[in-house]
Amino acid sequence: MTIDPKALRYAATHEWVSVDSSGVGTVGISAFAVEELTDLVFMALPKVGVAVVAGEEFGEVESVKAVSPLYSPISGEVIEVHTSLPDQLEILGSDPYTQGWIMKVKLSSPSELDSLMDFDAYQKQCSGS
Amino acid sequence: MATISSTPLTQWHRSQNARMADFAGYDMPIQYSGIVFEHIATRTAAGLFDISHMGRLRFEGPRADQLLDHVLTRRVLDMKNGQVRYSLICNEEGGVLDDVLVSCLESPSGRGEYFLLVVNASNRDKIVRWLQPHLADFPDVTMTDVTDQTAMIAIQGPKAMEICKPLFQSSIENLGYYKSRVTQQMGKPTIISRTGYTGEDGLELIVKAEDAMRVWENILLSGRDLGVTPVGLGARDTLRLEAGMPLYGHELDETVNPYQADLGFAVSLKERSFIGSEAMTSLQSTPSKQKRVGLLIEGMRAARQGAAVLDPDLLASDSADSTNAGSTSIGLVTSGSHSPTLNRPIAMAYIDRFKSAIGSKVVIDVRGAKVQAEICSYPFYTRKST
Repeated sequence: MTIDPKALRYAATHEWVSVDSSGVGTVGISAFAVEELTDLVFMALPKVGVAVVAGEEFGEVESVKAVSPLYSPISGEVIEVHTSLPDQLEILGSDPYTQGWIMKVKLSSPSELDSLMDFDAYQKQCSGS
Repeated sequence: MATISSTPLTQWHRSQNARMADFAGYDMPIQYSGIVFEHIATRTAAGLFDISHMGRLRFEGPRADQLLDHVLTRRVLDMKNGQVRYSLICNEEGGVLDDVLVSCLESPSGRGEYFLLVVNASNRDKIVRWLQPHLADFPDVTMTDVTDQTAMIAIQGPKAMEICKPLFQSSIENLGYYKSRVTQQMGKPTIISRTGYTGEDGLELIVKAEDAMRVWENILLSGRDLGVTPVGLGARDTLRLEAGMPLYGHELDETVNPYQADLGFAVSLKERSFIGSEAMTSLQSTPSKQKRVGLLIEGMRAARQGAAVLDPDLLASDSADSTNAGSTSIGLVTSGSHSPTLNRPIAMAYIDRFKSAIGSKVVIDVRGAKVQAEICSYPFYTRKST
């Protein structure tokens, strides 16, 4: 399945989420974030079963220059983690929205999606307007 | 708050969409295409660096050498025209105020020689203030801060000399390592030094501010087919770290003395008296509590400045009491990053001397995660001799 970036919801902190009909949200980071970070060398992922909270840190991504926290755009339980991603971080450069997914979360408060940005609003934030 | 200054090349960096940041009050490029690309380009071809933020102080007068000999840890009195030396400036207690390059240069008017001191951007104001009272003791010496009327450009890498040859011709022929010359580049005065901060061969140039853009573009043009690339301060930091070179504010500050920092070579005590020499005579003969070492780190997570280095034996005997980390600490990381050449994280640290043997295993607390590392010597990278 290919994820269309235009159909995603975005957090101001550059994470995206795509929610399927069963209430499971797939989370990743945007192409803009990957471009800004550059030279990614490490990613710390959450464990399956832990609870993540919207707006709170669930992992970190490290570039040559600095470490950046990853913030969950939604709350819920982590049901799947892309464990092979840290060993092939270059995927985030080529395909951050499909192959570059980070975790899947069973949403506990689907209404949180309303407070996230749509593609147009997120594009506006990234272009600094 | 002081306003942010531009270098003569800031507009060019912005026009290339470089990522910019305030560094010691200057609007400087951190990266253009990316740190790893720029780093590897410098190691394999050549990197071009705007280092105009570095402070440049010029000393003239019959006793300029005596003044500098009094404030620098390295001997200046015997310096000949065209020599460059790495030195420290220390306080009376032997604490490091700055690390500098001092050059003895021929005056363009042919009226003898003058000295140029290149200081860290972040220390420039402090060093100027530090030197003021000493200047008063040498009324025939003038100090001129020429930082803002000049630009400083480094070209570093295995192809650096080849790229510069058509531009500087005879003036860089037979220019040895740590030697410098005052020359003309298309009729414009230029100071050329065979020095650098990357572990590569290359040059550092000082030109008039108004000539900087032309020199910069000429080097890019001359090096285009040889792979020259502009390099920002991000890769400058990873390059110097691999080369084991200290950075003020990381490996050096006023609480560190030259011997602890493994910079004894930059102190000449023999038959000299200079600021800090008395303290250094005893510091030299007393092993410091801590020692600068290199660290090779397991995994891909880099230990950065301030990370605690822990003793694995004490950690093991400390059993479950993880809140007790302070008692197992044997040192602190001063600089750390992913090494593009080795493709793994490396670091420099100060470690308790009796725990600092090369090959010892240690544990580093990287933001709460316990990461394995091994103490190693530095540099982490040495260029193949040419």
